[in-house]
Parts: sequence; structure tokens; C-alpha cells
Amino acid sequence: MRIYAIYNIKGGVGKTTTAVNLGYLAAEAGLRTVLWDLDPQGAASFMFRIKPKVKGGGKALISGKRPLDDAIKGTDFDNLDLIPADFTYRNMDLLLDDAKPGGRPDDAPGGKPARRLSKLLAPLADEYDAVFLDCPPSVSLVSENVLHAADTVVVPLIPTTLSVRTLEQLAAFVGEFKGFRPEIFAFFSMVDRRKKLHREIIEQLAAPRGDVARTIIPSLSVIESMSVWRSPVAVIAPGNAAAKAYRALWAELRAREGLASS
Amino acid sequence: MAPAMAGFIVDGTDPQTWDDIVAAALAALGEEFTVTPEPAAPARPGTAADGLSQRATWYDTFDWRLSKAGVTLEYVPGRGGSELRLSSAKPDADADVTQPVAGWQPSRPHLIGDLEGGPVGARLASLVAMRALIPVAATVTATAAYRLLNSDGKTVARLLVDQPAVTGPQPGPLPPRLAVAEVRGYQAQARRAVRLLTAVTGLSAGARPLFADALRLTGRRPGDYSNKVDAEISADMPAAGAAATILLRLLDTIDANGGGVLADIDTEFLHDLRVSVRRTRSALKLFGDVLALTAEELECYAAGFKWVGDLTTPTRDLDVHLLDFPGTVRSLAAARPDDLEPFRAYLEGRRRREFRVLTRGLRSPRYAALTQEWRARLSKIQQERAGSATGRRNRAGHRYQPPGGSARVLAAERTRAAFVKVAKRGAAITPDSPAQDLHDLRKRGKELRYALEFFAPLHEPGAYANVVGDLKRLQDCLGEFQDTEVQIEEIRSIAAAMLAAHEAPAVTLLAMGEVTAGLAARQRAARADFERRFTAFADVAGQRRMAALLRGGTA
Ligand SMILES: Nc1ncnc2c1ncn2[C@@H]1O[C@H](COP(=O)(O)OP(=O)(O)OP(=O)(O)O)[C@@H](O)[C@H]1O
Ligand SMILES: [Mg+2]
Repeated sequence: MRIYAIYNIKGGVGKTTTAVNLGYLAAEAGLRTVLWDLDPQGAASFMFRIKPKVKGGGKALISGKRPLDDAIKGTDFDNLDLIPADFTYRNMDLLLDDAKPGGRPDDAPGGKPARRLSKLLAPLADEYDAVFLDCPPSVSLVSENVLHAADTVVVPLIPTTLSVRTLEQLAAFVGEFKGFRPEIFAFFSMVDRRKKLHREIIEQLAAPRGDVARTIIPSLSVIESMSVWRSPVAVIAPGNAAAKAYRALWAELRAREGLASS
Repeated sequence: MAPAMAGFIVDGTDPQTWDDIVAAALAALGEEFTVTPEPAAPARPGTAADGLSQRATWYDTFDWRLSKAGVTLEYVPGRGGSELRLSSAKPDADADVTQPVAGWQPSRPHLIGDLEGGPVGARLASLVAMRALIPVAATVTATAAYRLLNSDGKTVARLLVDQPAVTGPQPGPLPPRLAVAEVRGYQAQARRAVRLLTAVTGLSAGARPLFADALRLTGRRPGDYSNKVDAEISADMPAAGAAATILLRLLDTIDANGGGVLADIDTEFLHDLRVSVRRTRSALKLFGDVLALTAEELECYAAGFKWVGDLTTPTRDLDVHLLDFPGTVRSLAAARPDDLEPFRAYLEGRRRREFRVLTRGLRSPRYAALTQEWRARLSKIQQERAGSATGRRNRAGHRYQPPGGSARVLAAERTRAAFVKVAKRGAAITPDSPAQDLHDLRKRGKELRYALEFFAPLHEPGAYANVVGDLKRLQDCLGEFQDTEVQIEEIRSIAAAMLAAHEAPAVTLLAMGEVTAGLAARQRAARADFERRFTAFADVAGQRRMAALLRGGTA
């Protein structure tokens, strides 16, 4: 089971869009896939027409009182399931902090229960090949949990000077992890090639850094229309440039994994 | 993640109404859900355009051994790999096994050797033995899938509509089947869909094996062939009617096996055909007189069936050698298994030649004329002598007395006579008697056995089983005694023939010598056993049991 966290501390950069599209493509490729919508706003759940509500409450899920398994919903697509968002996730930081599984002392650095999510996900390993975590923006205990749980941190970047700084900070933060460190897979999203700034930043950043993908997701109206159709782009317009771009991104991500593991 | 299913079957036998019932089911679901056809799956490696049609072929032996044992064998082709599935009617999950097969030809009969090396083959080997697995029904099922959407347009359950059809041997549509498939996390909605379908008239909840539907359409019924006599006779039928009924039933069995013999599907078609021919000849001897045929006619039919019997003997003898071969090889003490290979090759060559002679005979005008005229003759007698022997009156008002009386009288009289012959001849056998005396006794024993079987429906089952059980043990002993002798003689003459044809390496002849030695030992053992077996059958108690049987009760 491989865990992909779609992560960026900034909002509105295309995290949910990425999680939905890559999750769909993973399932289409035959991987048994589950997407966990960790954002209380429930944008990913909405995309799959699933109500942003966890049976028995999100609190019981995070505390480990209820198995994750209970909350899983089938999407309309083969191999693709979803764990819906829940309103209680707006206090996720508190939930994670509260959760003291069996009263055992926590092994997280700084005494924080930063590996809580990782433990919750472990039982899914038999049932799924791929897990996608759609994270809310912000620096928080949630983000830290997500980074500790992930095998790969997928980072959508809008080509701005600031976004370069964001990526560097993230790489530095992950670099300080003791033990396992997730891979970072960043890519440019919402790219408008007509903008000089976009072109310049992409050239500057992509060339020297190994953790930035060659694939670029352009800014396209089909992608925006996903929230109207409530479907992944590969379903709305399979032949469209957007669908092709996400397929290329998924292929590059998989190829990168192949290199990393060999 | 296999979704839970709830199944429904469309009722009725009129395909015209089936579509309406399916439409009604969709309409019922439409009251609560938006029902839309499942969009065709996007083209993906491994799925073809007809990804939603499934073929299946079911097998059984000609004498329904699988169905009698409560198991079903199904062949399911698939792009990812084809397999044989063996499932049990009993609710015993680990009875179900599958075996992948490659290059399987579904419409052909298969011998158990074709399944060697897999779990299904291992499970079936002793049950099926030398019989071929014959396709008894084949279907193709087209599945239409529908999504049941909630008000958000989310798929909360699926409806699968299967349209099965028999593709062979007699094509035709079968009642559609509906199933509600759950989507994970939406159990309540699936239950709701099931409740809506339950209210649709013309739909029945539950599962019935598709095989059962397919068989019904084909007009087949498990157990519709059996090599038992099982003639439909009753005690107060006129004797001639009963005799004709028994002989017709034997002729049915002869005819039922003819095709399988000619197609050389397995050895037992010929075996069953021979048994029925032998029974026919015995029956003619035992009660041919009550048929009121002329002496010449009777003689002519008796000669005809003797001809058929003789025609089949060489092939059957070689079949027996070849069927025994694996056991023979295992029993070798000094010789190596390979030593016997030339012997096997020789037997196979001879069998091919003899089989050609046999098929020429069975396809000849003589054979056709014999069986067709015999059927016409018997049917006429059966029609004329149907009904009850008692209670009918002739024109003069006298009570009608059929020649030979009733079936009950015929059975008692003729079975007793056959028994007396066996008892007398058997009692005369001493340790010094020549082998021929035992062979003759075996023949008389066979006649008695057949007499018992012909009239079995008239006997009390418990008493019948007792008598037949003892007789069978005696006959097995006499059979072993004679068959081993015949086989020894045959191997000797085959050895001479192989030597003459320069097809006999020395090691092979040595091994064949060892085989005859083993047979001779078995023959001696059978001879030593005879006394005990005969006494068990024909001592005073045995005679009483027989008398009680013929009186219609238990001893
Ligand atoms: N490549 C693109 N082209 C055009 N529009 C895009 C593209 N990617 C994302 N968008 C649009 O940008 C908006 C934000 O995207 P999305 O919700 O995926 O970001 P997010 O990072 O998940 O946001 P949040 O931080 O609020 O969770 C959405 O309206 C989406 O349709
Ligand atoms: Mg989002």
C-alpha cells in the first residue's frame, strides 16, 4: 500500500483537483484505491457526490474508536473508494492531540501525536494498493501527521516566486524527520503559458531541482468545470488536454517511484 | 470487495412476458431512484467490447454420476484464463474447487485424464472413473447493468439484468435474472431496492442454478439414463404385456448407447449396450414364449441378438485389458513398467482394428432392421396386452385369461425355475469339477440375476436386496474365476501373435508372463472362495429367502 499526501500549506493551489484526478487514474490503472477527504469543507467528497459526513462522527474515527473501514464509501468508479470529510475535522488538530491510543506513550517528536494518521491507515494495507490524502491548507498537527504518514508528498505549485520558497521550506522540514522520510513530488499547476512570469519561474525552478516534475498541468476551463460535473476530468472529457496532462503526471509519478525503489 | 447481491428470477415460461416483467422492475426502482444504464466501461487493457457476456458449459457423465453425487461441474471461459468449477449442492463451502484449464474444447466430451494434475480432476477421478464428461448444457448470458442514483446523482446501488440463453444442444432463451449489487457504504439503499423489487409481480426472490433452467429447456433430467432395467410393470399386468415392456426397455437402453459406441466416447457405452443385449437374450430364453411369436420368429430374434453380442465381444475384451492396464503395471513385481509398453501398443492397435469391424456391424442394414423390427413387434404386443390381466371379460362373458397368466405368476414361475437350476448345478460342483462346470454355473447365475432384475418392481425391496446381494457375491467369485482364465488365454495368444509379428521384445514377454502368473493366482483364490459363496446363497436359509421373495414377503 502506497500513501500519497496531496499537500501544500497554501490554499486554492489545486490540491483537491489533484487528489481527485490522480485517485481516479490510480483506480483506472487497476490499483485498489481509497481517497481520504481530510478537509472539513469536503470538496473531494463533493466531487464524488458523497455527503461530507462520517457515520458515527469523525471524532470516533480519529480517536480510533471506530475503524476507518466503517466510514468507507464506494464511488461510482471501479476500484475507487472514499472516506468522506466530516464537519468535526475542523477541529482535527484537537482530535489528533486528544487521541491517546490505549494510553500508550506517544513516540512522536516533541511529544506530539504526529503519527496518529499513520496508525489509523495501517489496517487498510490488506485492502488497498493506494491511498490518497486530500489535505486542508495550513501548517498544523494535521499537516505534520500527513507528512509522517505519506510515502510520497505530492505538491501542486502555482508558478509564483512565493511557491518556490514554500517548496524549499517543505523540503527542509521533511529533511529533518528522523527515520523514514517521504519523497517529494512537486509539479506546476494552473500554468498559463501566455504569462511571462510563469514561463520564467518554471525554467528557473524545474531545471536544477530533482523533486519537480517535468509534467505541467495547464490552467484549463475543463478543470474548473469539474465542480459542475462532479467528476474527474478523464470522465468529463477523456480526450481533452487536461485529461492527457493528468495522465502524464500520473505516469511520471509512477515512473519516479520505480526509480526510487530500485 | 465483492459486493453483496440479492437475486431475483423472472417467473413464467412465456418469453413474451419476460421483457414486461423486467420493464416493471425498472419502473418500480424508478419510483425511488434515477435508473440509468451503466456507461460502457472505458476501453482498458484486458477488457473486450463484449465484456458483459459470459459463457458456461456444464458436464456430467452419460449416467449422471455427478448429479447423483450432488456435484456440478462447470466450464467458464475467460480472457484472463478459463477454468473448471466443481461445486457441491451441499452447503459445504470447501467442497467447491476450481482448476484452470488451457485449450479446453467445451463442446467435446472429456475423459478424466484431461483434468489430470488439478484439484477438480483429483476430486472427480474415482467418481467418474472410465466415464467421459459430456457437455449436457451450454449457455451464454448477456448482462445489462443499471445504476441506481440518489438525488445527488450518486450511484448508491446497481441492478444487473442477466439474459441467459441456452446455446446447445437445443438453443432457446431462459428466464432473465435480476440482482441488486451493493455499493460500499450504501447498504440501506440496496435494501430499499430489494424491497421495491420484491413487490413486483412476476419476480421471485432467490437463486436457482442456471444449470437447472438450462437442463429444463433442453428437456433433460438428471437420471434420465440409467443402465438399470426398471421396466414399468405391475403385478397384474398380462404376462405378455410385461414381457414386451421389459424387452422394450432393454431395447431403449441398446438404442440409447448406440451413438456413444459409434462416437467412441467412452468404454461404458459398449459395456451397457452389451449388457442389454445379453439381458435381451436371457429374457427371450426365460419368457420369450409368452410373447406369442412363432418359433421361427423367436429363433430369428435370438440369433440376431447373438450376432450383436458376438460383434461386440472382441472390442470389449480389449477395452477390459486396456482399462486394467494401469493396475496391471502397478502389480508387476520383477518386470519394469516400461517393459509392457509394446503390449499396450499392440492392444491399442488391435482395438482400433476391432472397433472398425464393430462400427461396420452397428451401421449395417442388418443391425438397423433387427432393432427397428424388434421395436415395432414389441410395441404392438405391448399395446395389445396392456391393462390388467384380471377383471377383463371376453365377449362370451368369461373372465379373460391371458396366455401365461399375470406378470406376478410369470415372475414367480420363471425366477423359481432359474433358481432351481443354479441350486442344482452348484450343489453338484466338487473340488475336482472341471472349470467348465463353474463357467456353466456362472451362466445360469446370470440368467437368475437377470430374472430377478426384470421383475424387480414386483418384489418387496428388502427381500430383493438380500437375495440379490448374496447372488452378486457368488457371481463376482465365478466371474473372477472365468475372466482371469479368459485373460490368461488371451495374453498367451497375443504373445504368440506379437512374436510372429516381431513386435515382442524379450522383456515384454517376460513381463506378460508375470501378468499371467498374477492372473493365475487370482483365479486360484476365486476357486478357493467358491464353496463359501455358494453356500451363503443357496443353503436352506438361502432357499427360504428366495421362496419368501417369490411369495411376496420376507423370510
Ligand atoms: N489546472 C487548473 N486549471 C484551471 N482551474 C483549476 C486548475 N486546478 C484547479 N483549478 C481550480 O482552482 C480552484 C482551487 O482548486 P482546488 O480546490 O483543487 O485547490 P485546493 O488546493 O484543494 O484548495 P483548498 O486549499 O481550498 O483545499 C478550483 O476552483 C479549481 O477548479
Ligand atoms: Mg482542497
